[in-house]
Amino acid sequence: MSDTALAAKQAKAKELLDEHTRQTVRWHFSDETGCPFWLEKKREFKFDPLKEVNSFEDLKKFPNFEDEWLRGGPIRRWVPKGLADKPVYVFETGGTTGIPKSRMVIEDHWTDYENFSDTLPDEHFPRGSNWLMLGPSGPRRLRLAVEHLAQYRGGICFCVDLDPRWVVKLLKKGDISGVKAYADHVIDQAVTILSAGHDIKCAFATPKLLEALALKLMDKGSSIEESGIKGIFAGGTEFTPQWYRFCREELLGPNVYITPTYGNTLMGLACGKPFDPADNFKITYYAPQPRAVIETVEFNDYNQVVPYGSTGRVKLYTMTKELFVPGFMERDEGERELPHDKYPWDGISGTRPFHEFAATTTVGVY
Amino acid sequence: MLEIPVIRWGQPYESMEKDKIVHFETGEAVATVNNANAGLIKMDMRKQGKARDILRQFSIDQLCSMAEKAADLYQNATLPLGNGTQSPAEFCRMQSATTGLPEHMCAGNMKKNAYVLRNMRHTLEALTRGLPLEILSKGYGMESRGVMVSYQAQTNVLGMVLPSNSPGVHTLWMPVIPLQIGLVLKPGPQEPWTPYRMYEAFAQAGVPREVFCVYPGGPECGAAVLETCNRAMIFGGIPTVERYHGNPRVQAHGPGFSKILFGDDMVDDWEKYIDLMAESVFANSGRSCISCSGIWASRHTEEIAEALAKRLGPVAPLPMSDPKAPLAAFTVPGAAKAVNAQIEELVKAPGVTEVSAKYRNGDRHVAHERYDFLRPTVVHCSSTEPAIANTEYMFPFVSVVKCEQKDMLSKIGGTLVASCLTKDESWSRQLLDATNIDRLNIGEVKTIQLHWMQPHEGNIIDFLFRARAFQNCQPPSH
Repeated sequence: MSDTALAAKQAKAKELLDEHTRQTVRWHFSDETGCPFWLEKKREFKFDPLKEVNSFEDLKKFPNFEDEWLRGGPIRRWVPKGLADKPVYVFETGGTTGIPKSRMVIEDHWTDYENFSDTLPDEHFPRGSNWLMLGPSGPRRLRLAVEHLAQYRGGICFCVDLDPRWVVKLLKKGDISGVKAYADHVIDQAVTILSAGHDIKCAFATPKLLEALALKLMDKGSSIEESGIKGIFAGGTEFTPQWYRFCREELLGPNVYITPTYGNTLMGLACGKPFDPADNFKITYYAPQPRAVIETVEFNDYNQVVPYGSTGRVKLYTMTKELFVPGFMERDEGERELPHDKYPWDGISGTRPFHEFAATTTVGVY
Repeated sequence: MLEIPVIRWGQPYESMEKDKIVHFETGEAVATVNNANAGLIKMDMRKQGKARDILRQFSIDQLCSMAEKAADLYQNATLPLGNGTQSPAEFCRMQSATTGLPEHMCAGNMKKNAYVLRNMRHTLEALTRGLPLEILSKGYGMESRGVMVSYQAQTNVLGMVLPSNSPGVHTLWMPVIPLQIGLVLKPGPQEPWTPYRMYEAFAQAGVPREVFCVYPGGPECGAAVLETCNRAMIFGGIPTVERYHGNPRVQAHGPGFSKILFGDDMVDDWEKYIDLMAESVFANSGRSCISCSGIWASRHTEEIAEALAKRLGPVAPLPMSDPKAPLAAFTVPGAAKAVNAQIEELVKAPGVTEVSAKYRNGDRHVAHERYDFLRPTVVHCSSTEPAIANTEYMFPFVSVVKCEQKDMLSKIGGTLVASCLTKDESWSRQLLDATNIDRLNIGEVKTIQLHWMQPHEGNIIDFLFRARAFQNCQPPSH
């Protein structure tokens, strides 16, 4: 694609983002439709969001979103009045000790994963085929989201029991054999599902669990490919370029497709730039704009994006009718990437734990 | 730029993830090291049985000859390293540049490793107590005294999760290849030099490359090595040792809390042993688990502390290339500052006196932009109660502790090396029976003087092999 054509696409995407920003802010800060939390917060602001937010850049007028606001109830304070009659889900994050952070959701997880579904190649994720969800269960968004993805594509999702909080507890007390036993317990469930004749062709898995499943199948004289799986999406900062290469060259073989994703409970699902040998396994993510935006910002000024190719901390924005997050500092860092034909806005590569937190972060089995 | 690959059963592998290891003084890159990932290690370890099969195509005697040859190559030859080569002098310079250990100490450790390799036959003879070595290969055999014995290898490979800060530990894994067990090495982030040089020396001496893996990388690589090797060693602090305590698959090596204990019968002659004490504290910049961190006696402790402080207190850092450089640098940002702050806090306890301060002519903590030094420190404890009476740091540090002889064994805690100056037979018997002492020296032996024919923190033969019953004919009737 020519530079001019890409520039035109970028300009159009930016226009759409600005319009989406105006509509989202109007929704969340109008007395008729906004949620109690933001309507209350509005009183603290020295500006009027309804009048003074006219573009995406104007979101910088808001203070950074503090995820601590999500800890504890009442959860209803996050439900927009405009959606008050809808059934509400709550998804949690953290919570190994103390009160977890909660996000209320109505249909965002469906929408996000339907949008993500549109990026999956049908030849590797055949429509109508069944799925394995090899990730956390319990009050997590992922389980229901992946299940919805499977259903949206005409399939049925098979899940395992996995309590990540228990694993983090084991890790924190240094119980390595307990962690291994729990991982084995999870993998045994997956192997059983795959062996039960459910015609599973697609999977979500975390990198660690996928690795453990593939090795377990090899021990049994089989493989991911032989089990019938054709396409996998996996996510998280452990999906590194080296791991990507290892997967394609050794763990999965050439006939199983794997694609990286990046996201969390607050935002939707950023998908990876389609595999290109020229990228040498570099993984670049693009947020599902305009519903969510990723910026790569300076470590000492969270309102300043870094130059292309430079390293910065990940800043997330979520702008749906259900949730408004005007800039949340994620616990990751990475490099700012140029827009792409398929995603004509900034991307991010090399995502990894933010260096100031990395030493204290406990990475569990997923 | 020197680039060092991952080694996967002898095959170099270029990773997508590389780390630069830098000169601790200048920050200048010394080499680029390719990093493994945990899955890759787990995948490779599925083939570990092959390593032992390959090694059993040679006799242990042949492998000992190769080890002797490897000793010379390791110590004297210019060997390939990644995309370049490395002479012995370059080895010492590079090791010093990334670990902060003075070059002459690197050369000293090199000599020690070469000695163990060169004397492999004697070492194995000593560690097996004269067992005909073909019994280890074959699995069973008749001893000359007419007794059938059987030894079964408990693993095909030994995994080594190595540290960055103490190049001296490498002697522990030297006997592994001659014992026909494959080697899986996870180097410390700042010290890839010995594993790679040793690998190359073994290979050039005739050991097939296919029996070695070298996996630089993050903590997940160490965890993968520990998970997949049936026998592994790891080096770390007290939490690491506690984590693997009682795990028969993992031998965890941590702080030594090594000590010199004076018997009442010899303590009045303490002045005769001041050299022995000073060198036990000071050698290898106090970095080893065998470095003395406590001197315990029932009397004269104030004078001992004073004499040691007078000797060690004035010692100050010198450039790493100086053949007399006495101190290793702390290269991890903040580590020396934290240790110094902890000592400052602990010496405030009642009954504790820092004796070296007055001889130091400056602070203990010498800070530079990218590294630090801690200068030798001698404290006196009037009882065993203060926490600093039984501690260990990675620099020349010693607590001189007043303690009645009758109480010593119950108060010293776990002690890797105890050098005991006594001729008291009754106390010697108690020392021999004390299970909290690992290596026991009774007599004028420095804590750092190891005889490599002796087991260290457990006999590696017992770790790698299991003595078991084997019969190929009916036993005599009874």
